[in-house]
This record gives sequence, C-alpha cells and structure tokens, in this order.
Amino acid sequence: MANVRELDTLGAWLLEKMSRLALETGHPATVVGIADRYTGLIEDVRQINRRKPASRVVQNPVLERLEAVGRSTFNAAEDVSVFLQMLGALGSACVGVLKRPRSLRFKSLVYHLNQVGWQAIPIIALVTFLIGAIIAQQGIFHFRKFGAESYVVDLVGILVLREIGVLIVAIMVAGRSGSAYTAELGSMKMREEIDALSTMGLDPVEVLILPRIIALVCALPILAFIGSMAALYGGGLVAWFYGGMSPAIFIARLHEAVSVTHFEVGMIKAPFMALVIGIVASSEGLRVKGSAESLGKQTTISVVKSIFLVIVLDGAFAVFFASIGM
Amino acid sequence: MERSTDKFAIRVSDLVVGFSRQTVIDHLSLDVRKGEILGLVGASGGGKSVLMRTIIGLIPKRSGQINVMGVDIDSIRNHDAHTATMWGILFQQGALFSSLTALQNVQFPLRENLVLSESLMNEVATAKLEMVGLTPEDGDKFPSELSGGMTKRVALARALALDPAIVFLDEPTSGLDPIAAGDFDDLIRTLQETLGLTVFMVTHDLASLNTVCDRVAALADGKIVAIGSMGELLRSEHPWVKAYFHGKRSLMLQPEAS
Repeated sequence: MANVRELDTLGAWLLEKMSRLALETGHPATVVGIADRYTGLIEDVRQINRRKPASRVVQNPVLERLEAVGRSTFNAAEDVSVFLQMLGALGSACVGVLKRPRSLRFKSLVYHLNQVGWQAIPIIALVTFLIGAIIAQQGIFHFRKFGAESYVVDLVGILVLREIGVLIVAIMVAGRSGSAYTAELGSMKMREEIDALSTMGLDPVEVLILPRIIALVCALPILAFIGSMAALYGGGLVAWFYGGMSPAIFIARLHEAVSVTHFEVGMIKAPFMALVIGIVASSEGLRVKGSAESLGKQTTISVVKSIFLVIVLDGAFAVFFASIGM
Repeated sequence: MERSTDKFAIRVSDLVVGFSRQTVIDHLSLDVRKGEILGLVGASGGGKSVLMRTIIGLIPKRSGQINVMGVDIDSIRNHDAHTATMWGILFQQGALFSSLTALQNVQFPLRENLVLSESLMNEVATAKLEMVGLTPEDGDKFPSELSGGMTKRVALARALALDPAIVFLDEPTSGLDPIAAGDFDDLIRTLQETLGLTVFMVTHDLASLNTVCDRVAALADGKIVAIGSMGELLRSEHPWVKAYFHGKRSLMLQPEAS
C-alpha cells in the first residue's frame, strides 16, 4: 500500500471490509505499508460497525393499527379538554376584566380589530360578491328550464342570509386571522415571551388572548353583514345582466322572499363562530413546542380544526333553528 | 424559622419534578443564601433549566417544598403582582416582547405593576438601560435590531426593572464572545453589589463560575451532588463533578485549585 497517497474514510472502510471478509473465509489479511498519517484512520475504522444495532421490535400490524386508533381517541378527548380549558380561562379573564375594566388591553383590542376586521373587508367583500354572483348565475341557468327564473331571488336571498354569507366569512376569517393568531402566539411561546409574561405576574390569557378573541367576536358579525350584502349585490347584478331582471324587481322580490328572521338566523351564528375560531387558534398557538416544524403543524391544525368546527356548529344551529321554527 | 428566612433567599427541599414517565429532579434540596451569587452547573438536558423554571412556578412539581423569600410558592397564585416584585428572570434567548422597543420592554413591568407618570417611567427605564451599559438611543430599537449581547442586556434591564430581591439568569453568557461574556460577568457582579441582589445563575461558562459565583452547585442525576465554593468543588470526589471540572476545557481553573 506504499503507493497510496490519499486515503479517505470510504477507502479505509472498503479495505477494512475486505479484510473482515477475508477473516470470515479463514484467510486473515492485514494492511501493510500504509503511510503513517493514515494509521489512525485505519485503527478507527477497525472499530466501526462492530455492533449490530438492536433490531426494532416488529409489532403485529393489526395491533399497531389498533394502538393508533386508541391513541387518537385519547388525543381527541384531550382536544376537547384543551378547548374547554381555554373557554374556562377566557371566562375567568372576562370576569377579571369586568371587575376591573381598566385591565382590558384597549390598545391591543383596537389593533386587532383593525387587523381582523377593517383589513379583511376588501377580500371578504370580493369573495362573497363572487359567490353571490355564481349562485345567481347557476340558479338562473337551471331555473330557466322550468320557466322559474324569478325564484332565483328566493334562492340567493335565503341561502346567502341564512347560511352562505356567514359560513364563507367564518371560513375565510379562520384561514386569515385564526392562522395568524396561532402563528403569533406560537412564536411568542417559542421565544419564551409567554413564560416571561407569566413570571412578571401577568396572565397571558388576559393580556394576549382576551383582546384577540374580543376583536374577533366583534369583527365577525360585521364582516358577515358586509359579506351578505356583497353577495346579494353580486346576485342582483347577475340577475340584471344575465337574467334580465331589473334591480327594482329584484329588490321588490327580495323584500317578499326574505324576512328579518332569515337575517337574524345568519347573524346570531356569527359571534359563536368567532368564539370557536378564536379559542381553537389560541389554544393551538399555546401548544406549539420549541421547533419551527411544530409551529407550522399547529397552524395547520388550527385552521383545519376551526373550519371543521365552524361547519359542525353551523349544522348544529340549523337543527336548532329548525326545531324552534325559525 | 424566623432566622432561617432571614438568611436564605430560596429554600428548596425534597423537590421532585418529572414529565410523564421520566423523573428529572429527584428529591433535590438546595438553599440559596441572601446576597450571594449561586452558579448551577449540570449536564446538558440534566434539569438545570427545569429546576429554575420549577422554582419560578412555570413547571408544576410533583412533591416537595419551595420557599422564596420566606413565602411558600404554593401559596401565591401564578399571576400575582407579588411575584413580579420578588424576582426578575433573564431567559436564555432574552424573551423580549418582539412588538415592543427595548425601552418599552423595560417599562413593561413598571407599567403593569405600578402607577407612574409616563415621564417618570421613561426616566426609570432609561436609568435601567444605562445601568446595564446601554445608551438611551438603544432604547428605541426593536428586539430584532439588537445584537445577542444587547438583547441579553436589555433582558437583564427588564429583569431588574422592579428592583427584585432575586434575579434568575438562564445561561447569561451563552452565545457571547469572551470579551462580551467577561463584561457581562462584571456587570452582574457590580449590580449584585450595588443593588444587594441574590443571583441564581444557570451556566456552563467555567470562567464566569470562577470569577463571579460565590458558590457553585452541581446538579447530576436529578440531585445536587456538590455545593460550595469553586475550590471546594474542585476537590469534590463525585465522578461527574470531577469529569466536569477536571476535563480538558477546565485546565485554566487548575492553578487556583492547588
């Protein structure tokens, strides 16, 4: 080996592997004439890969699957308890603020109202406008076969005011503001800011979470109202240009088709949806662990979970309103 | 009892802390005297930060007693104005509020716990910034604009904002170059002398253990295995302590030992 000028770990390992193979077949081989500076490397390589890594216990795949199901059931129960804990903490922070109204973070509340309310108006108006227009277009297109185009007003009016308006807005807010809350709180958690806050004798729920959720609960009904109006406007425009129904007739028919009850049903749901989005977003934010990956994961979970819960809540409200005859 | 609370700032007895199946702190007892700088050393992941966080109430304990300035930790609720004036904490990464400027960060504890006029609050906060060696101009910077050393100084100023009796420092000199670390050590020593602080310091920095700490406690296997002055620790026979203080990186300590 005297002519070998350069030797790296890979080469040394190949040599070692050859000599080990030779040993197994009963012909011990040794490396001779290697340059002095590589003897250390050769010695080191001789020690590696001696110990077989402990083989992983192979579990029965059926049992493994069952275990996963069991674990996710327990996790679901934990999710419920986390939600309820946050609701409770929020309730107690609310009581604290009612006792001492000065302790409400007014500045933070206004800031977040601007963020989740005012700033969201253009995109929400645009999206709901388009949805209203699409519903009207589809309604006119299909109702035309039965000569019942004028019923499109009922379709748009009731659907938008009762369901679609608030639901679309809630889903958009969950994606837009819920994710922001989770990411903000999560990064504060990662940077130990939340720990710093509680060691200063302050309640993070009162300082950080309460203003955010109050802002959301105030903003969502307003956004839902704006969204519903934009959708009706879009529907009206399509009825005019595509269906040939003049705005005066559209408004007159809308007046007959919808009642204040439909509007109420839609608006009552808004603050509850806001509360659900806010609680899910905040509690997922506080569950962020140290890593960036965990921040991304919790933000995704927060959005998915809050959209799911908003739809479930909407279903529950539909059942409730149907049973009380609204 | 009266005498012992006079003498000790922190008394931890028979403390057990763990997460799920793992026990991190195992029947640990530790006393910190008033007015001393205590350095806590231990293996990485060995529970130093856990011990500190348990004392300040961020991690629930399984059993045992923690007494800080003669008050049982169990008896004070987490968000109590009392705790804020009792201790200040310097977190490892500073944990400055990223939405506030350096000055506002220092003002924050004052604003929350006291009723002061805006100008007085500014003056006090600027005074604290100057005490830790920053200029008033630095006060207008946001945490993202501060260097590592400055972040730690601002965080120290915030920890000292309410003139607490005890300051907890979590690796104050980690990530600083030797000169900045040395300056920080001097700063801690000076502040300790002028303000009469008790300092509880988690650190790996052998130089700061040697220069600023009055006593050093070694944490291993969830227990305090050795406590005393640097000289006493260097003479300790515990295998982990020996490995820690007699390794290659600790050679600079040897002349003082003999």
